[in-house]
Amino acid sequence: MSEDKIKATVHSLSSLERAGLRPEYTITVYTENQVGLLNRIAIIFSRRKINVDSLNTSPTEVESVHRFTIVINETEEVVRKLCRQIEKQVDVLKAFYNTEDEIVWQEMALYKVPTDEIAEKVKVERLLREYGARAVVIRKDYTVFETTGHREETDGLIKALEPYGMIEFVRSARIAIIKDSSGFHEKLKTYESSAPGDELVENGFLNQQEEVFTM
Amino acid sequence: MAEVKELIKPEIKEDVSTLPPCGIDGAVSGSVAVLEALIAEDVETIFGYPGGAIMPIYDALYDYDAKLNHILVRHEQGGIHAAQGFARASGRTGVVFATSGPGATNLVTGLADAMIDSTPLVCITGQVFAHLLGTDAFQETDVINITTPVTKWNYQVTDANEISSVLAKAFYIAGSGRPGPVLIDITKNAQLQLFDYKGYTKCTHIRSYRPKPIVRKEYVEEAAKLINEAKKPFVIFGQGIILGKAEKEFAAFIEKGNLPAAWTIMGMSAIPTHHPLGVGMLGMHGNYGPNVLTNDCDVLIAVGMRFDDRVTGRLDKYAKQAKVIHLDIDPSEIDKNVKATVPVWGDCKETLPMLTALLNKKDNSEWLQKFADHAKEEAATCITPELNPTSDELTMGEVIKTLNELTGGNAIIVTDVGQHQMVACRYAKYNNSKSNVTSGGLGTMGFALPAAIGAKFGAPDKTVVAIIGDGGIQMTIQELGTIMQTGVDVKIMILNNQFLGMVRQWQELFMEKRYSFTNIQSPDFVKVAEAYGIAGKKISGRPGLKDAVKTMVDHKGSYLLEVMVGKENNVFPMVPQGCSVSEIRLK
Repeated sequence: MSEDKIKATVHSLSSLERAGLRPEYTITVYTENQVGLLNRIAIIFSRRKINVDSLNTSPTEVESVHRFTIVINETEEVVRKLCRQIEKQVDVLKAFYNTEDEIVWQEMALYKVPTDEIAEKVKVERLLREYGARAVVIRKDYTVFETTGHREETDGLIKALEPYGMIEFVRSARIAIIKDSSGFHEKLKTYESSAPGDELVENGFLNQQEEVFTM
Repeated sequence: MAEVKELIKPEIKEDVSTLPPCGIDGAVSGSVAVLEALIAEDVETIFGYPGGAIMPIYDALYDYDAKLNHILVRHEQGGIHAAQGFARASGRTGVVFATSGPGATNLVTGLADAMIDSTPLVCITGQVFAHLLGTDAFQETDVINITTPVTKWNYQVTDANEISSVLAKAFYIAGSGRPGPVLIDITKNAQLQLFDYKGYTKCTHIRSYRPKPIVRKEYVEEAAKLINEAKKPFVIFGQGIILGKAEKEFAAFIEKGNLPAAWTIMGMSAIPTHHPLGVGMLGMHGNYGPNVLTNDCDVLIAVGMRFDDRVTGRLDKYAKQAKVIHLDIDPSEIDKNVKATVPVWGDCKETLPMLTALLNKKDNSEWLQKFADHAKEEAATCITPELNPTSDELTMGEVIKTLNELTGGNAIIVTDVGQHQMVACRYAKYNNSKSNVTSGGLGTMGFALPAAIGAKFGAPDKTVVAIIGDGGIQMTIQELGTIMQTGVDVKIMILNNQFLGMVRQWQELFMEKRYSFTNIQSPDFVKVAEAYGIAGKKISGRPGLKDAVKTMVDHKGSYLLEVMVGKENNVFPMVPQGCSVSEIRLK
């Protein structure tokens, strides 16, 4: 992303916040695989009465390291403080937060609809093409479609299917890849050595504070 | 694997006397491994209470009597507060044993207190057999989840093979970085399990845990530049100085720059109260000058403190004119409440000398004079009437003044929570660090008596005086039994105003004297003490005060002195809630 673009994003975000709207942030947390850690992270949000939009846990490219992807709507200041609290947990390696345009993200959804209705009234093939969906199960009584994409896409299919009596709908948590990230292999090496190298000193927040000094 | 065993074996054979008691085939039980871990961590004193699920550990303890001193408390909350007192007075990690279920839940208040006041503790709780977990077994409770928000780290052990490494981690985490309480829950089967004990190795590194952030020199330089350019620099400091064992480094820092320094309640005693640059206590009932001049200084240097709301008052009117330098070991504290102009992230034992080296010697006498002027004003309206009252009734302040005269500021003062706490912290003199033990963040009534017991075990050469209100003492009065049984020497001074005084003060000032349930009756405390074999006396007049306090201080062994003080006295100055620190009221 060019510098101008970054500035534009920052600007639009802060104007969003000024208007009292809370932008969407995706928090990525690298952790040890430890029983109880999910609770430890979850209560950081619930203690502050902050609702979690979605939460996903998954393995990472590094064996033994786990990854939480959490989506919330909050101001940047709140999100930054939350990340500090998360990172403070002993079993957490690192927490990042990103706006939507700094990540590549996907959500998956499943839709169960009555097969006869769908077969009679909808041109299924057109529908599937339009929403990038596919049929996972087709039975006499019901059919399950699946689609993966951004929220608008999964929401769009709900609207399209609703008139035909949708029986069930479920959407997965978001998973996201940070565009700028070079993975966790190198970072982990510095974490593992007892005398951490310069890489570990990296502290995004302190770096951003440069401008404060001009006060 | 075979090779490893051969390597270990000859080493063990060399000194058989240090081997733990062995079970069948050289295996030891999980319980023995727990106690061996404590010995390896130089633990000498444990505060605890037995029960069903922790019986195997207590059974092993029976043979460790010579190496480990177990203090039987009367309630687990008393046990954990005692461990807190021990940790605060000694600078070491406090250790607590409790059983499952109610034993463990009784620890929660102490854990929350230790968490918010950054006190290093390792609590070991028994748990039901692993196969019974989640079955609502007798005395089963989900201790790990109950204690997660109030522990720095917690872990459940279900296999004895984990015990040594988990306890090593526990001690490392509790005592390093920003300290805090750690709870280890050990199922009964793991305590009983015989396993191939491989010895104990201390933990020095956990990959996901960074106790000490690396100091960034450029921020230290920026901070020094701000201080050197400042006309009205003001240092405020917290317990971070004491926890970081950086008292000398801190004194050198303020002395080089002639920087006025005020303490938070938790930072108190890090420098002697008579230090010429020590300008008093911050906060709601702190001193006049430090509060008012917070909103006058041009550079505010916060060291090892966390801008609690009781210190800052109304945040949007707090030090808005000043550039803020914040030194803290915990990155999450930077910008949490007050935005830092220059964050100096790191251990103050490292950062303070770096900063001192870059400071210019300065006089600041004009600025320091402002503090002296404010102190004069405060003395006239608040301090003199409190310390040298003209009324018939005793004031809390004059009792503390009398205590100062007799202990010379060398005692460890443990306070409970309320008016007496504020008065004690305002007027008590301290010569040495780690001399003020109080429940600062959580404000736990009932803290003082057990904490004083622990403090005496942590600093046996010191006189320990617990100053407690008539309300707080009744919350943990059962710990007089611990004093009785251990013979520990604790001086207990009850300042009795026959009210839950602090709440009553608020009711008087802000709720039209509607004294809703603050009128509390007390038993005859001297008789209660006597029943526990503790000497005591009750006084209510000025004439006998000094003699009575002297009798208490000189008494060999524990002593309870109940002092009747004015019923409706208020603590001033006061920053009313929702007001700015500079709107502090002198009356």
